[in-house]
Amino acid sequence: MIVTHYNYWIAMVLMMIGLYVVMSHANLVKKLIGLNVFQVAVFLLYISLGKIENGTAPILDAAFTTYSHPLPHVLILTAIVVGVATTAVGLALAVRIHEAYGTISEDEALQRDQQERDAA
Amino acid sequence: MIAHLPVLQVVMPLLAAPLCVLVRRPTAAWAVFLAAATLCFGCALALWAQVQAGGTLRYAIGNWPAPFGIEYVVDAANVPLLVLVSLLGLATALFARRSVQDEIEPARSYLYYACLCLYLSGLLGIAITGDAFNVFVFLEISSLSAYALIALGRRRQALLAAFRYLVMGTVGGTFLLIGIGLMYALTGTLNMADLAERIPALYGNRALSAALGFIAVGLAIKAAVFPLHAWQPDAYSEAPSAASLLLAGAGAKVAIYAFLRYAFGVFGAELVSERLPLAQIALLAGIAAMLIGSAVACFQTDLKRLLAWSSIGQVGYIVTGLGLATRQGLAAAYLHLVNHGLIKAGLFAAAGIVLLRLGSVRLDALAGLAQRMPWTFAAILIGGLSLIGVPLSAGFVSKWALAQALVAGQHWWMLAAMLASSLLALVYVGRVVEVMWFRTPPAAAPAELTSVGMPLTAWALVLLTLALGIDGSGLARLADAAAATLLGAGR
Amino acid sequence: MSTLLIDIALFTILTVIGLAIARIRQLFAVAMLSGLFSLTCACIFVLQDAVDVAFTEAAVGAGMTTVLFLGALALTRSREESTPRSRSLPAMLAALATGALLIYASLDLPGFAAADAPVHRHPLTARYLQDSPSEIGIPNVVTSVLASYRGYDTFGEVVVVFTAGIAVLMLLGRGAATSVSAPARVQPLHQQNRVLRVVAKLLIPFILLFALYVQFHGDYGPGGGFQAGVIFASGLILYALVFGLDAARAVAPLAVLRGLASLGVLLYGGVGVATLLLGGAFLEYGRLGGGDALAGQHLGILLVELGVGICVTAAMILLFFSFAGRGAGRPGKTDE
Repeated sequence: MIVTHYNYWIAMVLMMIGLYVVMSHANLVKKLIGLNVFQVAVFLLYISLGKIENGTAPILDAAFTTYSHPLPHVLILTAIVVGVATTAVGLALAVRIHEAYGTISEDEALQRDQQERDAA
Repeated sequence: MIAHLPVLQVVMPLLAAPLCVLVRRPTAAWAVFLAAATLCFGCALALWAQVQAGGTLRYAIGNWPAPFGIEYVVDAANVPLLVLVSLLGLATALFARRSVQDEIEPARSYLYYACLCLYLSGLLGIAITGDAFNVFVFLEISSLSAYALIALGRRRQALLAAFRYLVMGTVGGTFLLIGIGLMYALTGTLNMADLAERIPALYGNRALSAALGFIAVGLAIKAAVFPLHAWQPDAYSEAPSAASLLLAGAGAKVAIYAFLRYAFGVFGAELVSERLPLAQIALLAGIAAMLIGSAVACFQTDLKRLLAWSSIGQVGYIVTGLGLATRQGLAAAYLHLVNHGLIKAGLFAAAGIVLLRLGSVRLDALAGLAQRMPWTFAAILIGGLSLIGVPLSAGFVSKWALAQALVAGQHWWMLAAMLASSLLALVYVGRVVEVMWFRTPPAAAPAELTSVGMPLTAWALVLLTLALGIDGSGLARLADAAAATLLGAGR
Repeated sequence: MSTLLIDIALFTILTVIGLAIARIRQLFAVAMLSGLFSLTCACIFVLQDAVDVAFTEAAVGAGMTTVLFLGALALTRSREESTPRSRSLPAMLAALATGALLIYASLDLPGFAAADAPVHRHPLTARYLQDSPSEIGIPNVVTSVLASYRGYDTFGEVVVVFTAGIAVLMLLGRGAATSVSAPARVQPLHQQNRVLRVVAKLLIPFILLFALYVQFHGDYGPGGGFQAGVIFASGLILYALVFGLDAARAVAPLAVLRGLASLGVLLYGGVGVATLLLGGAFLEYGRLGGGDALAGQHLGILLVELGVGICVTAAMILLFFSFAGRGAGRPGKTDE
């Protein structure tokens, strides 16, 4: 069981770590890094689905007969790009939040909003 | 061209976005958005006519037959949603000209219209596709553009709201990806019809159950279903008015539709309600949302935030209907999906007019609105009555349908909860009406309304809900056909 | 056996990096670790025969994402994050619940690399691996699936990149009239450091050439529009880092970048519309070749990959310019 499933389990442990970082940290950049780790771990899971024993990369060549499945690769190529796009927009928001609030900690920003509301 | 309508439905607004960026000037960009939204709406109506006449439409993109390529499927379950989303897109386009002028700086307006085009096409893409992974791609298109749309709100809180939505939304999208991956691992395919054929043989497989769980949680985050709704009140209230309209009217609805399609159309009602407690969990979540959403709305001091919490409550009705997993329940859920989309869009449009003329949507600034802006007040009143579910309103039609479905299943305490939630809606709508009607207005007169599009949009939507309230049978038939299609697919 | 050892080593490194990211508080270190995480994943992808994916992960994940993180850290002048507050417990519970559900699911998943897994037994495998030479005619099956069989998903992907580009432009961009250049008292990097200047001048042409190679060779080996676009952009980013943002802006003005990003999307969509007008389905490349379906496929894939490459290049450079051009943020200032 371990030999056939260790790939999945390691990807899942990494997903847990990524999710934990996203939820437990208040720093916006740290959250985004955690999100990144979470997403890359999911990619690991997908790619391990496509591998076949004694296979090779799915580039057709007369010397090989068994190829790993190309479909998970295609899906993950898309997902990687989606991931970087989300990270870019998230970081842009973090920069703007820093300019507006003077902090990139979600908790401090909420605190400042609360102070503003109390003062009003 | 007629045969290609399914793909044109999505591609037209998609290609309008780079055109908006190329034309640069705000008015020209708005014209491109308006043209795309109009063509989109026409396309949706044509598709509707085709489905009425000929049944399910299938379009193989690239002419690669499913499951080797990606397929678009237009059937009774998604064509009403396509019409709704494209109608709201057109409404937003008409509304946006003056609203964007007022709320977004001119140097960025063309980018804003491009994002609106992208958001519209993302939603349409989710609604029309027959491929599991394609849902994810278009979900991300709509989400990314939504984050940008929200972030341009007037106050700095909009940035924080957009960021929180980004984090929660991406976690939700990644959960959806995990679910799709698990489904793919077990069957080897991504096409929804193919999956629906292969999945029944796998019932009892733990990975399959987990896949359904992940997809459910992922889409629940996107639809702001209680208790995963934390991002929604800030996002809806801080977003610029033109974006709130489309977000509140269409965004959550499409996510719920996607879940309906996955749960009933792909996995099958048997798995959802009998083998796994998913339907029961949905019922609980729906009831909780109904009560808590409406209760919190009663305490709000900001009109848009009140409407946002009200949406959380109203989505609870839809989720309850979904959780019943019967044809009647699903039909009621679908009916309320469409009706609520129209009602909320109309209300947010009215709120946008208020913001434009008064400069604030805080409830205490709205004192005496009935005297100062009678037409806007009337629109808000009709919309509010619909939220409560007063007879002759669209809200009544769908709530009645849901009540009937609950009675048919003998869920008496849920019926009681539904009535309690309607009473709470009476309280919060009553609060708003009380401020607007009975309080004395301040001396300063509201700014002149120099737009035709904004009141036109608000009134068109409100009158449409009135029409659907007076005669809701046509829509009820469509909802029933949708439920039948979802439950019958593949079995 | 040797592969197993490498596997175990890489996975161990990956887990250690993951835990380090969770625990370390200096943000610069965490950003670099996340780049390392992506690079290690790319190595694992190579081991699992996913060469295209490894290429993209290395370029995008280890390259572009790290640049963006460092840019954001510079703009927000963050060194160390403040003490995480006591939301560790709910976060831990949620993460553990998710992990438990995942591991529960994994018990019924087919074994790793099993030849009889449903993924390999589905007719899709035969069609993609055996029929694609006669239907599309290029050796890299990933490219034929990406660009042709599932070309619509790739269209969506290009649109996602475009969306990110314009979203960041909308959030961080300033008009040309108000562009902020580095204060005059700081000498541009290239005047300070001769080694950097010479090496950059030597490297950049090769980087650009390599990008063109990757763009057009994606049919025969790992590569394609995305990887090429990112590599091309990184050549320009290197130029900007060494010779200054103004010099780079002279090479690639904002208007040109906007136009190119839009053009990339329109090119991809245009190919689809062209096939519609020629009587076929959307993105049915076979119609582009006159009577020859295979030639049509080749032309179609060439054009859409070009559209992808152009859009990705422009969008990535736009992202970098938006971050770099924002200048030092002033705390307390509300957005305009």
